[in-house]
Amino acid sequence: MSLTAADVEKVALLSRLMLSPEELQSLTSEMASIVEYVDQLAEVDTSDVEPMAHAVEMHNVTKDDAVAQSLSREQALATAPKHNNEGYLVPAVLGD
Amino acid sequence: MSLTSLSAVEQSRKLQAGEVSAVDLARAYLDRIDEHNPGVGAFLRYDAERALTAARHIDERRKAGEPLGPLAGVPVAVKDILAEQGERTTCASRMLEEFRAPYDSTVIARLKAADAVLLGRLNMDEFAMGGSTENSALGKTSNPWDLKCSPGGSSGGSAAAVAADFAPLTIGTDTGGSIRQPAAFCGITGMKPTYGRVSRFGLVAFASSLDQVGPMARSAEDLALLYGAIAGHDPQDSTSLNQPIGDLSTISQPLKGLRIGYAKEHFAAGLDGEVDEAVRTALKVYEALGATLVEVSLPHSKYAVATYYVIAPCEASSNLARYDGVHYGYRSDVAKITAELSAQRAALEEAGERRAAEDLDTPLVRMYRQSRSEAFGPEVKRRIMLGTYALSAGYYDAYYLKALKVRRLIRQDFDKVFEQVDVLAGPTTATPAFELGSLVDDPLAMYLVDLYTVSANLAGVPAMSLPCGFSKSGLPIGLQLQAKPLAEETLLRAAYMYQNETEWHLQRPAL
Amino acid sequence: MPDYTTIIGLEVHVQLATKSKLFCRCSTQFGAEPNTQTCPVCIGMPGSLPVMNREALNLALKTAVALNCTIPPMTKWDRKQYYYPDLPKGYQISQYDMPMSEHGFLEIADSKDRFETKQVRILRAHLEEDAGKSVHDEVAGRADSMIDLNRTGTPLLEIVSEPDMRSGLEARAYLDELKLLLTYIGVSDCNMQEGSLRVDANVNLHIAASDGKIATPIVEIKNMNSFRAVERAIDYEARRQYDVWQETGAKIGDVPKQTRGWDDNAGVTRGQRSKEESSDYRYFPDPDLVPVKFSEAEVQTARESLGELPAALRSRLQAEHALSVYDSEVLVNQGVDVVAYYLAAVEVAGDGKAVCNWVSQDVLRVLKESEANIADFGISAKSLGEFVGKLKAGDLPSARGREVFDVMLEEGIDVDQAMQKLGIEEIDESELVGICQSLLEKNPKIVEDVKGGKQQAVGALIGQAKKQNPNADPGRVRQICLDLIAQM
Repeated sequence: MSLTAADVEKVALLSRLMLSPEELQSLTSEMASIVEYVDQLAEVDTSDVEPMAHAVEMHNVTKDDAVAQSLSREQALATAPKHNNEGYLVPAVLGD
Repeated sequence: MSLTSLSAVEQSRKLQAGEVSAVDLARAYLDRIDEHNPGVGAFLRYDAERALTAARHIDERRKAGEPLGPLAGVPVAVKDILAEQGERTTCASRMLEEFRAPYDSTVIARLKAADAVLLGRLNMDEFAMGGSTENSALGKTSNPWDLKCSPGGSSGGSAAAVAADFAPLTIGTDTGGSIRQPAAFCGITGMKPTYGRVSRFGLVAFASSLDQVGPMARSAEDLALLYGAIAGHDPQDSTSLNQPIGDLSTISQPLKGLRIGYAKEHFAAGLDGEVDEAVRTALKVYEALGATLVEVSLPHSKYAVATYYVIAPCEASSNLARYDGVHYGYRSDVAKITAELSAQRAALEEAGERRAAEDLDTPLVRMYRQSRSEAFGPEVKRRIMLGTYALSAGYYDAYYLKALKVRRLIRQDFDKVFEQVDVLAGPTTATPAFELGSLVDDPLAMYLVDLYTVSANLAGVPAMSLPCGFSKSGLPIGLQLQAKPLAEETLLRAAYMYQNETEWHLQRPAL
Repeated sequence: MPDYTTIIGLEVHVQLATKSKLFCRCSTQFGAEPNTQTCPVCIGMPGSLPVMNREALNLALKTAVALNCTIPPMTKWDRKQYYYPDLPKGYQISQYDMPMSEHGFLEIADSKDRFETKQVRILRAHLEEDAGKSVHDEVAGRADSMIDLNRTGTPLLEIVSEPDMRSGLEARAYLDELKLLLTYIGVSDCNMQEGSLRVDANVNLHIAASDGKIATPIVEIKNMNSFRAVERAIDYEARRQYDVWQETGAKIGDVPKQTRGWDDNAGVTRGQRSKEESSDYRYFPDPDLVPVKFSEAEVQTARESLGELPAALRSRLQAEHALSVYDSEVLVNQGVDVVAYYLAAVEVAGDGKAVCNWVSQDVLRVLKESEANIADFGISAKSLGEFVGKLKAGDLPSARGREVFDVMLEEGIDVDQAMQKLGIEEIDESELVGICQSLLEKNPKIVEDVKGGKQQAVGALIGQAKKQNPNADPGRVRQICLDLIAQM
């Protein structure tokens, strides 16, 4: 199935990216050729194969339920593009 | 002989014997960096004052007879992707250009604890995505062997820095070959340990199930020194292996009865003739040293790149979702965005397109989109888009889940091979370093550069690259060695055997 | 009455009572200053990695077995991906296709018989991390929202029921029973005001129409801040959906699933704006976390750690202490501390029914009026037991019970001290007979009346007897007088 510009536009919104018309055009063809390359996976018989999400199989790695020092508010907010010394500030969450 | 041409092991010995001071050693490297970094571009930032202060401190402590760490006074430079408290960690991205982490990554903490002298931060492909370091938003890096050529990537700065004698030891990261491919291109030795050997805590994630931090150096002996300092269990990383790292003091002892496998799939069409010849010659060196050569097969290796370019972008699309201009990183001009949106809405309403006006992004959504689009480079955006697509409704099974299954088949190929042999040997890359700019317009061709290296990441096995010759045009050629999980010691010993017999790793570019 | 059935499924998010967050060691304490309980891990700073909290797993497992769920041998973590400023990583760590528990049930009953006893099936219960909070910044007077990430990463158990409830009342009964269970086993404080328990309801109607059964589109209701609100919202929504169906005829599948918010003041649900793409969560296994395996032994240990659950406790109170269904509900539904108080008092008093009357009427009334907990109640269980014991033995006149109780409560003293303070002493039977004898002699008219069949005439003597001796028990005085008259 070939990838259309409309598909790419939808993926861009899902990815929270804004594409210029030129980017949309080049990405559509680049992604189409990459997807076409990747489509060769379909020819592999994986009917009895368990998916492998981790490079190393481990389980039950846990920590104790113990409280440790948090960052100071100054430290936490220091990296924020915009804050009011109390919290992170963003354009209104509920639209306008 | 200048200080910078000594191995890290020799430097350490001289430091311990008091024949050399850490300050002298650091200054020797800093002088070289001052002189040649403008041409090579390996460092994004270095801080001479800070390095010299650290070196002075170590000299004083040594003088006072205090116990010192295993890297005491040895300079180390780090890929700009590991968090260091209060310092910038940019990932060579506009997004994190000003980001300062409030904590140390485990690797940085261990380097500090080992009393290494940290010189500065090395260039890379943005967020480690790429194979040429050309995706850096913050600087250009050249291959010290030929400044027109790429140093490889994504750890291009780390490889170029060792090749140019800017540091005896550097830290790189490898998600699909990002230590081994630049090591091959720059004629140095680099190792991607078993997944989980080196803590990922504080490593800015690209593809979490594939990322691994590793050492880069001129020789296997130096590599072992650095590896020993950074490897080992870390409770802050759930995927960190709780296994002993092996006895690294014995790597100079040759392996008896070494069985070396070579996969026919690694010597197929597409392999450059000079690389083919150099690698086959290296195999003969091993044979002469008493190793048995065994032909083996990795039947699923031809699917490795396709598998990798599903899994890595999927994880990347998720890992990079946090860069939204809210909590850290770059934020676009919100006033401008709001004004633009109002204008767009007014225009649509005037045209009677009420529906389209209602569907316009909210200022918040537009802020996310604009911030990410302005601060991410094209390759990062491409991978985010690919990963989002492959995980989205209707495609998950065909791409992501399928890739996870093929990944297991690739791992099973390795398991079978390592029942027959101790080490798998082959080319690291199909060709020597390519010219800067030659592949930037063809992403798929760039992806295929990873052909021989991605399997080790998918399978989680340790792998390294070491120099095994030069092309006629004077570019280094890399030999890749791979072993079963946790067998770093075997790899290092096998590499040491080879380097004890050859001098490829001692060659230096004329800068 | 329209011919439809309301179909209700509930999603309950419960904050587990751990000290630290699910994947880091920040405190989960409620009420701290904004952004003072965060660290690189819970704010998802570049390079940070999660490590799961063992206690959260234990509490989740305990809850799951209490809900009769199956515990699969392996469970894993997935990333649920969406963009929201209170979700700093751009994904929530949750569990998707392999939840830690599934297929359980919770039994609900109504002693007032407004619905039949039934098992509400539990589809699944899974662990996830909480998001932060968005606060609209009124002070700044601008279009900014402020984000507080203190809550980010707090462990939540999401308990998803099957659509087995049929009215707001049943939904409320389910929530009451669930909350009771969770507090009994101590996995959560279930404080709705502090957000430790949150409820979303999925509601639609099955309508019997001429052409067969029709299902209306499913609506998810959010923003309900009390169980009462849940009940009201569901009942409102059912009526609204019926009206909409009559108007439009829209069936399930005709329109995308809608989310509506409950406006408690207006008593209505209102549609919430949602973009179509927002539902594509792109779940995939979190590569930073490893799977969890529960052994048979761990499941068994969790099961054994539960103690007596509310349903079993009600049955036991009915069987062992002769309580009615209603009484056992009143006690058990007050929570494990009240039941423990009750049982300790019964131990001393030896009469379950009598203690129940005092606890369910007087003790609970006082607690309600003073908004206090049983732990702070002024009469200890032992004291109450002695008090009821004295009443039962007749050592304390029952008419003066309330008076004594009040003094015990106010002064913090035991029953003997209270009786002493009130001057209540045991009167000799002979002394009481003497008093009655003399009173009857002084009041021949009353004797006449009683003999004439007006037994209530004796009442006039009781007050006079009390004047002579305040400890005279009215019941006793009355009985003695009647006995004496009968012998005359």
